[in-house]
Amino acid sequence: MLEVRGLSKIFGGLRAVDSASLDVAEGTIAGLIGPNGAGKTTLFAALTGFLAPDEGSVRFRGEDITGRPPHLICRHGMVRTFQVTQPFAHLSVRENIMVGAYLHTPERALASARAEAIARQVGMADLLERTAAGLTVAGRKRLELARALATQPKLLLLDEVMAGLNPPEIDELIPVIQGIRSSGVTVFLIEHVMQAVMSLAENVYVLSYGKIIAQGAPRQPAADPVVIEAYLGHGAAQRIAATAHA
Amino acid sequence: MNWKIPAALLVVALAYPLVFRGNFAINFGVLVLFFALIGQAWNIAGGFGGQLSFGHAVFFGTGAYCSTILQLKLGWSPWSGLAASAGAGALVGALIAALSFRFGLRGSYFALITLAFAEAFRILTNALEFTGGGVGLLLPLKRSALNFQFAERIGFYYTILALTAISIGIAIWLQRSRFGARLAAIRENEDAARALGIDTFREKVKVMALSGALCALGGTFYAQYYLYIDPAVVFGVDKSVEMLLVSMIGGTGTVYGPLIGSLLLTLVGEYTRAITDAQGLSLIIYGSLLILIIGFLPNGLVDLFKLRWRRKARA
Ligand SMILES: Nc1ncnc2c1ncn2[C@@H]1O[C@H](COP(=O)(O)OP(=O)(O)OP(=O)(O)O)[C@@H](O)[C@H]1O
Ligand SMILES: [Mg+2]
Repeated sequence: MLEVRGLSKIFGGLRAVDSASLDVAEGTIAGLIGPNGAGKTTLFAALTGFLAPDEGSVRFRGEDITGRPPHLICRHGMVRTFQVTQPFAHLSVRENIMVGAYLHTPERALASARAEAIARQVGMADLLERTAAGLTVAGRKRLELARALATQPKLLLLDEVMAGLNPPEIDELIPVIQGIRSSGVTVFLIEHVMQAVMSLAENVYVLSYGKIIAQGAPRQPAADPVVIEAYLGHGAAQRIAATAHA
Repeated sequence: MNWKIPAALLVVALAYPLVFRGNFAINFGVLVLFFALIGQAWNIAGGFGGQLSFGHAVFFGTGAYCSTILQLKLGWSPWSGLAASAGAGALVGALIAALSFRFGLRGSYFALITLAFAEAFRILTNALEFTGGGVGLLLPLKRSALNFQFAERIGFYYTILALTAISIGIAIWLQRSRFGARLAAIRENEDAARALGIDTFREKVKVMALSGALCALGGTFYAQYYLYIDPAVVFGVDKSVEMLLVSMIGGTGTVYGPLIGSLLLTLVGEYTRAITDAQGLSLIIYGSLLILIIGFLPNGLVDLFKLRWRRKARA
C-alpha cells in the first residue's frame, strides 16, 4: 500500500531522514521506533507532503505521490496526526471532528452525525460539546486520532498518540487502534511506548540517525544488537550480553 | 438555528425609518447600517477567516471608483455598476490573496501587504487622469431611484439595509456551512487544516474575494450617497481602520459583532460631532473605547449580550 524508496530529507548539513526505504502492507499495523531525534516525525512529514523530500520517492495506493501537497495526499487516503497536538483550540470537539468529516460531505447534519460516531469509536462521546482547548493531554491525543479518522483514510499515520498517557489510558487506547485496523484502515505508528508497539504492530522499522537500521516482528528488533546500541549507545549490546552471562 | 434574533432585528430595521422620520434619524440609520456592512466585510475575512487586514479600503475604493467610472465614462446605470463593483472587489481580493499567500505571507505580514495595496491604489488613483486625480470624481445630481439617487433618504436607507442584511446572511451561512467550518479550521490552525485535506490556499483566496466583493458594495453605496469620491477618502487608512474597529469593538468572528460595533461607534461619532468641531476628539474617544473594550471584553461587545443570555438561560 505504501512504498517508500531511498527517501531523504536534509536540513542544512543534517540528513534527518537518510535514504529510508520501507513498505507498509494493506490491512496491517506497522510500527516505527527509534531514539529521540532519529527523524521519525520528519519521515512522516515527508510522506504526507508537509516537507518536500530531497531524494527518493513515495508510492501510495499505486500512485507516485512524492512532493504532492498535504491536502491532496489526505484526499488520496493518507492522513497524519501530530506528535505535538494541533487542536482547533476554540472549537468544540464536535466541530474539530466535523472539519475532518467535511472532506467527504458538504452536509452539516451528515458531518455532525459522523463526528458523533467517531467520537464514540475513540471514547470521547461525552466530550463532544467541550472546547478543544480545555481537554487533557489524553483528550487531545484522542481528538487528533478522531479528526484524522473522520477523513476516512486508507492509511493512518499516528505520531506518538500514546505519549504522555498513563498506563490505564494506554490500555484503553490499544483496543481502539486495533478496532480501527479491523475496520479496514491500515495503520503506521510512531511509538516510544514499547508495550503499545509490542501489542499492536506486526512489523516494526527502527530508525536511527535517519537510517532504517532494522526491521521485523516487534520482538525481533528489540533483541537486535544494532538496535540496542542505537538506543543505549556504543558497546551497550556487548555489556548486556556480558551481564547476562555473568 | 434560532431565527428569532435575525427576524426581530429585520423587523426593527424595517420599521425604524417609519417611526423616526426626521432626516437626522434616517441619516443615522444609514450610517449604522453602512458601517455594519463594511465592518462585516472585514469581519468575514478577519474574523471568520482569521486573515487580518489593515488595508480593506483597497476594496472599498475599488468599488467606489468602479461604479463611478462606469457611470461617468461609459454611461452605465449605477445599479449595474453596483454589480460590477462587487465583481471588481472580488477580483482585487482574490488577486491580493493569491499573491500574498503564494509567497507564504501570514499574520502581520499579510496585514501589512493589504495596507501596502491600499496605499498603492490611493497613489495610483491620485496620479491617473481618468480617475480624476487628487481632485476626485463628482457624480452629477440626477435624483431618481433608477439612478440610485433617491429623492428621499429613506430610499438609501432601505438600499443599505438590503446590502447589510445580505452581509449578515452570509455571516450566518458561514457559521453553519462547510466553507465556514474550513475557515474556522484555517484560522485556528493552518497545519492541522492542511493535514485534514483542506486546500488552505484556495479557501483563503475565496474568503478574500467574498470579503472584497461585500466591501466594494459599500464603496458604491458611499459614492451614490455622497456623489463625490476622492482617493484620500475611499482608499485612505481611516476607512481601513474604521472597518477593523467596528468589527473588533463589536466582536470579531461573530454574526452581530459588526452591527453592534457600528451602532456604538456611530453613536459616539455623531455625539462628539454634536458637541465639538475638533476632528481629533472622536478619534481619541474611539481609541479609548477600544482600549476599554479590549481590557474588559476581549471578545467584543457581543459578550455583554452573551452574558445576559446565559444568565437568563440559567434563571
Ligand atoms: N524543521 C527543521 N529544521 C531543522 N532541523 C530539524 C527540523 N525538524 C527536525 N529537525 C531535526 O531533525 C532531527 C530529526 O527530528 P525528528 O523530530 O524527526 O525526530 P523524531 O525521531 O521524531 O524525535 P522524537 O522521538 O523526539 O519525536 C532532529 O535532529 C531535529 O532537531
Ligand atoms: Mg517525533
